[in-house]
Amino acid sequence: MADPQTLNETLQSQIGEQDGAREKLLRLCRQNKLAVVSAVVILLILLMAVFAPLIAPYGEAEQDALNRLQPPSAEHWFGTDELGRDVFSRVLYGSRLSLAIGILPSIVSLAIGILAGLLAGYFGGWLDYIIMRIADVMLSIPSLLLAMVVMYTLGSSTVNLFVALSMVGWASVARVVRSQTLSIKESEYVEAARSIGVSRWTIMRRHILPNCIPSLIVLFTLNVPSAILSESSLSFLGIGAQPPAASWGLIVNQAKQFLFTQPWLCLAPCVAIMIVVLAFNFLGDGLRDVLDPYRKNQ
Amino acid sequence: MAEANEILLQAKGLTKVFSTGRKGQVVHAVSQVDLTIYRGETLALVGESGCGKSTLGRTLIRMLPATAGQVLFCGQDITAMNDKQFRPLRRRLQMVFQDPYASLDPRMKVRDIIAEPLDTYRVCPSRDETTRRVLELMQAVGIPAEFLNRYPHQFSGGQRQRIGIARAIALQPDLIVCDEPVSALDVSVQSQVLNLLKDLQQQFGLTYLFIGHDLSVINFIADRVCVMFLGTVCEISPKEELYARPLHPYTSFLLDAIPKADPHQRDRHRQVLAGEVPSPLDLPSGCCFRTRCPYATDRCAAERPALRPVGDRLVACHRAEELQLGG
Amino acid sequence: MENEQNVLEIRGLRSYFFTEKGTVPAVDGIDLDIPRGKIVGLVGESGCGKSMTAKSIMGLLRAPGRIAGGSVLFEGRDLARLSDRELRRICGRDISMVFQEPMTSLNPVLKVGRQVRETLLVHDRSLNKQEARRQVIEMFAKVGIPEPERRYDCYPHELSGGLRQRVMIAMAMVCRPKLLIADEPTTALDVTIEAQILRLMRQLRDETGMSVLIITHNLGVVAELCDLVYVMYAGRIVEQAETFDLFDHTAHPYTRGLLASIPRIGANPDRLHTIPGVVPNLLHLPKGCAFCNRCELADEACRTASPELVEVGPRHKARCLRCQKGGNA
Repeated sequence: MADPQTLNETLQSQIGEQDGAREKLLRLCRQNKLAVVSAVVILLILLMAVFAPLIAPYGEAEQDALNRLQPPSAEHWFGTDELGRDVFSRVLYGSRLSLAIGILPSIVSLAIGILAGLLAGYFGGWLDYIIMRIADVMLSIPSLLLAMVVMYTLGSSTVNLFVALSMVGWASVARVVRSQTLSIKESEYVEAARSIGVSRWTIMRRHILPNCIPSLIVLFTLNVPSAILSESSLSFLGIGAQPPAASWGLIVNQAKQFLFTQPWLCLAPCVAIMIVVLAFNFLGDGLRDVLDPYRKNQ
Repeated sequence: MAEANEILLQAKGLTKVFSTGRKGQVVHAVSQVDLTIYRGETLALVGESGCGKSTLGRTLIRMLPATAGQVLFCGQDITAMNDKQFRPLRRRLQMVFQDPYASLDPRMKVRDIIAEPLDTYRVCPSRDETTRRVLELMQAVGIPAEFLNRYPHQFSGGQRQRIGIARAIALQPDLIVCDEPVSALDVSVQSQVLNLLKDLQQQFGLTYLFIGHDLSVINFIADRVCVMFLGTVCEISPKEELYARPLHPYTSFLLDAIPKADPHQRDRHRQVLAGEVPSPLDLPSGCCFRTRCPYATDRCAAERPALRPVGDRLVACHRAEELQLGG
Repeated sequence: MENEQNVLEIRGLRSYFFTEKGTVPAVDGIDLDIPRGKIVGLVGESGCGKSMTAKSIMGLLRAPGRIAGGSVLFEGRDLARLSDRELRRICGRDISMVFQEPMTSLNPVLKVGRQVRETLLVHDRSLNKQEARRQVIEMFAKVGIPEPERRYDCYPHELSGGLRQRVMIAMAMVCRPKLLIADEPTTALDVTIEAQILRLMRQLRDETGMSVLIITHNLGVVAELCDLVYVMYAGRIVEQAETFDLFDHTAHPYTRGLLASIPRIGANPDRLHTIPGVVPNLLHLPKGCAFCNRCELADEACRTASPELVEVGPRHKARCLRCQKGGNA
């Protein structure tokens, strides 16, 4: 009968004001401690990645032939690998590539997805049909498989990895932006802008896009971990980042032969992947709760 | 207020048809409407939901493309123009919307909302000049200057509607279409906004097309009233004459149906209109009101009544002269 | 029950919302009587707490809102203290409610006749389905739904707004309630349909002798329909009287402001009366009288002392210091 949403709206009209962005963030901090901790963790890991050369006790590829396959110790926190490289330093340096591959392709696919979604949603018609059918095709192929095909076609290199992962994520972004555009396009404030004579591009830029941002922030924080996972998987399979560069997936790949004799070699990068992916997911869920309550209910 | 009798906007045979998605099915939202708006007056469009009054209002200022017919604005046919030709006229035809919560972009500050029309036509040479003009407009509609950088959610419904009005008058338009501007507001706030609209009209010499469903509100704001039913015009009359002696049966039913805020009148004789509005997908032949009209004859079923002059008024009813309808 | 004549007696009802920003006193200590067979109006502007009062009676408040005190006596039982299950047994059968939006209150995938029948069957297990169907069709005819047999098998989207509201009223009436609560029953409807529905509600009251609580912002609806009126402002009753008395001898400045703000046909003023300012934020109510910052008559005393609801005439009370000092303000 009386659903909580209407009750809540009535309540808000009783108090006389609705929450602005700042109040929403404050509410997130108070209600969802996990999301706040996740945000701090992500920030710390980002700082560690940026300042890796200063923090790492050894160089990225610095070999110590005398100390190969060492267990964790005071000198080598996570032990050393088969070439005598310090695993802690490798994981630190690896975070740079892994995070970059998580974040940069997500930004690129966000940009492509926003453009495609806005065009499809605002103009509709055949343009909408073509864009959305391409997106459907992209979404119907498992993203990892798609990335593998791209990597095989273009050849394995770090740059091609960026390209492959950028091409994978845009379709889901386009879908969200299109559906939001469709509903915002019908709103009275867009009609008001049209009645003033504001041009279509300005309407998209000024009215539609800013109102998509909450969903996009959520989508972005959830896209990053999936890109990190894809990178790890591809590198683990040997078609991602190429040695001697260090990425978490690559470290696992090289350590897998020692899984039963020297398990710590695998453990460190795996735990790193897990922490980052979990932190992004928790943050994304927390942001969705405050920024995008309708999607949560669905 | 309409002494000058300069014609500002004129519709001739204006028709707007929507297709429903199902094959061949169309809804006649507005059919064959003739209408004249004089400079400086307030013309009210009144009717029940679904009668096409909002569609007509939007088609008149080219927010929706007309299916057939003409709209002449200052003598120029705006339905025949392309977008580029029409663009300089856009700023002279503005709009105020019904829902004060939905009509302001929640992510823009008040300053930017009111400045949007000014920026779009580069009215002011600099940003400071624009802000100064925004402050003038805020003062004109009674929003305190210190709220310049607030967001819409920090305002009440009435204040938001004032912001919407400031945006509409920013370009000093010739005509403002007010689409149910007070129906979402509480009584005490409604009267504030109605007074404001009247004050602004005097101050800036505005012309309003006021779309509404509440005949008591329209009685206050309008000079002439146009009653619509199912996409057609029933009657266009000066306000006083319409309320004193309605010519069209539908007008008299509408007037009778208004709940009066006076319990002593509750036992007055009231005609209550029976039945439901016919589906716009399947209009009756002849006069579209005849299925609910107690005065309908065979002629009403056979022949669609044209809008014709009776005295200085216009009515679309075959029996307008013979019926003695009460107000 | 203090008075056998009343079907519902509300005493000191307080419904609060406990939010992060503070406690919102949506309903702040109201007393309200609904006599048998009378139509009572509860009027006020949006946010005054009138809908929250109805929801409190029906036990429909949701977190963070809850009844913080007071009692709702219905036939000697305090509804505010009943368990949810006991409340459900009374609400729907003895007390039923009609909502503002007939579209969202009906299940779109069920035929309307069946929805009304379910209500009947839930509260009267002894009925068989054929008998229930017969009663529903009878009720459809009674609320003026043309071709009730055919409409029984219609889905909500196949009906017009006016017919849907009639279905809602039929659903509320089908168990022959002793009290019908209607929350803005005509606000979403056109005037000609509104007139039909108002006439129907009065006719049903005359036939069945039930009591009706109408919640509305429209003083026209009150004048047309109600026997008694309660005016609410900022969570409190500010004036209560018999309808004729309220309109003829308006005591509270707020009620007078509201009445004067309505545009009227016949009078052609250049300007409308307005009540300055806006409805106060319930989190930051002014000291003293809640209306003092909008009241033309307010003086220093109004800004310091909170007035009580006092008798200003026979069965006529107002919450105003001016009235306390004697006579009308």
